[in-house]
Amino acid sequence: MDLGIFCKSTLDGEVVDHCFSALLGIGKNADPSYLDWLMRAWGWTLAVAGLGLLIALSLGAIMGTLRTLPPENPANRFLVRLSTAWVELFRNIPILVQVFLWYHVIPAFIPPLKAFPSYLLVSLALGFFTSARIAEQVRAGIQSLPSGQKAAAIALGLTTYQSYRYIILPMALRIVIPPLTSESMNLIKNSSVAFAVSVPELTLFAMQAQEETSHGVEIYLAVTILYALSAFAVNRAMAHIEKRSRIPGFIVANTEVAAH
Amino acid sequence: MKAGLVAAGLLIGTFNAQAASQTMDKIKSTGAVTMGVRESSIPMSYTTGDSRFDGYHVEICRMILGDIKDKLGMSTLRINYQPVTSQNRVPLVQNGTVDIECGTTTNNVNRAKDVGFANTLYVEEVRIAVKANSGITSISQLAGKKVATTTGTTSVQLLRKHEKANGVNFDEVYGKDHADSFLLLESGRADAFVMDGSILAGNIANSKNPKDYKIVGEVLSTEPIAIMVRKDDPEFKAAVDAAIAKIVANGKMPGLWNKWFLAPIPPKNIVVGLQLSPATKNAWANLNDKPAEDYNKK
Repeated sequence: MDLGIFCKSTLDGEVVDHCFSALLGIGKNADPSYLDWLMRAWGWTLAVAGLGLLIALSLGAIMGTLRTLPPENPANRFLVRLSTAWVELFRNIPILVQVFLWYHVIPAFIPPLKAFPSYLLVSLALGFFTSARIAEQVRAGIQSLPSGQKAAAIALGLTTYQSYRYIILPMALRIVIPPLTSESMNLIKNSSVAFAVSVPELTLFAMQAQEETSHGVEIYLAVTILYALSAFAVNRAMAHIEKRSRIPGFIVANTEVAAH
Repeated sequence: MKAGLVAAGLLIGTFNAQAASQTMDKIKSTGAVTMGVRESSIPMSYTTGDSRFDGYHVEICRMILGDIKDKLGMSTLRINYQPVTSQNRVPLVQNGTVDIECGTTTNNVNRAKDVGFANTLYVEEVRIAVKANSGITSISQLAGKKVATTTGTTSVQLLRKHEKANGVNFDEVYGKDHADSFLLLESGRADAFVMDGSILAGNIANSKNPKDYKIVGEVLSTEPIAIMVRKDDPEFKAAVDAAIAKIVANGKMPGLWNKWFLAPIPPKNIVVGLQLSPATKNAWANLNDKPAEDYNKK
């Protein structure tokens, strides 16, 4: 184990004056060290995953809700079909293949997409892929509610929109927080596919830096720790949300156990 | 029984200095050897489809292994081909999965800490491939442009050093392998692809319209590309080097060069069209295993 590798310059392999020189702006023209590069790569991982998570949660919640609409008019029936198609489309193609589709295939047909930065396309791919999985969890959450809830909402004279807005979703979304936690952590880990379309994130750093330094063990250890940290931070944040949003007497009988 | 075996071993040992080599012992006892090959490094080492592999280095390696087979007095030797990538080739040689790597590995000081290299039979020049109609003729014109290179290769660091030394800034894009990097150039996501000349020539020859691309500009770096073996097995390296010396002495190298670089090669009968460089000729004339650092000191 030689952790000194992280304080070496990425240009000539010599030890730099300050390990964090480039990041903290110590020494204006200092060469970036491998630690600087590692932190930049971590930033990319978090950026791609964060953007993907936003897309996944919002689209997943919408599509999952649409799948449960009562088929009482043609508009609703169309929306149910649309959301079902969405889920099946994005659920049945491996994530790596989806990333390539977004990066190489779709821009060939829609040239303006070529101008999109690759991290944006990866975030879209990750977001859509995960949204299909989240949609299914949201649908399961909604369908797990006692049917009396819906009936009571209709009896009160609430519209479909109002019954979802005030009765069904507030309950269902609380129920699905635990599986959403897993899904969000998965998204952080899945973001490693971004290396394949030249986003300079942690996995690309690991491959390139171990090639340059021949210190694969230290490099992969550092990258592993950062992935684990990121995923665990998401886990804690979701646990916090779960705890704060809890309504006494609803859903969770055991008030001590948070997301695990 | 055991004592008899030991005595026999000692006897053989006196006649055959090779017995001290782990790799040789493994080849002898299993009747098989694992050759590390690349999937798409045309014409050095690539697949011709159907998990068959061929190429300049692969053919030389087969000659070397044939020589070692004769040396060990074996009648047959099975060669298992193990595809490797830029990222996993060194670890796979280190951990013994691959006995001899015949791809496109640069012999440099850093890698020599982990693995051994046979004498160089190919000296690579890192060049720039661009679209023929781009008007780019030199690396200085790439400032602010998108430059593709492959993750896990020495070219990535080379570009970084060049940026620092000349105060220019490229917008680097990284392909996950050479075919992927070339696709970036082809689809216009990159304006240039910086890589070893043979890989550029191979990808261009293999493309839909080879006339659309050009290899331009100055030589960015000169690198000995060598066959890689385990580090802690000098006897095996010596056997490989002896076989190489025999191939060179028999005058087989120019023919091999013409076969792989200037004539149509399988599976599609494309012609790479890379002329023999003085640097490579010199390596044949003076066999050595010097690392890249010694080449770029000039």
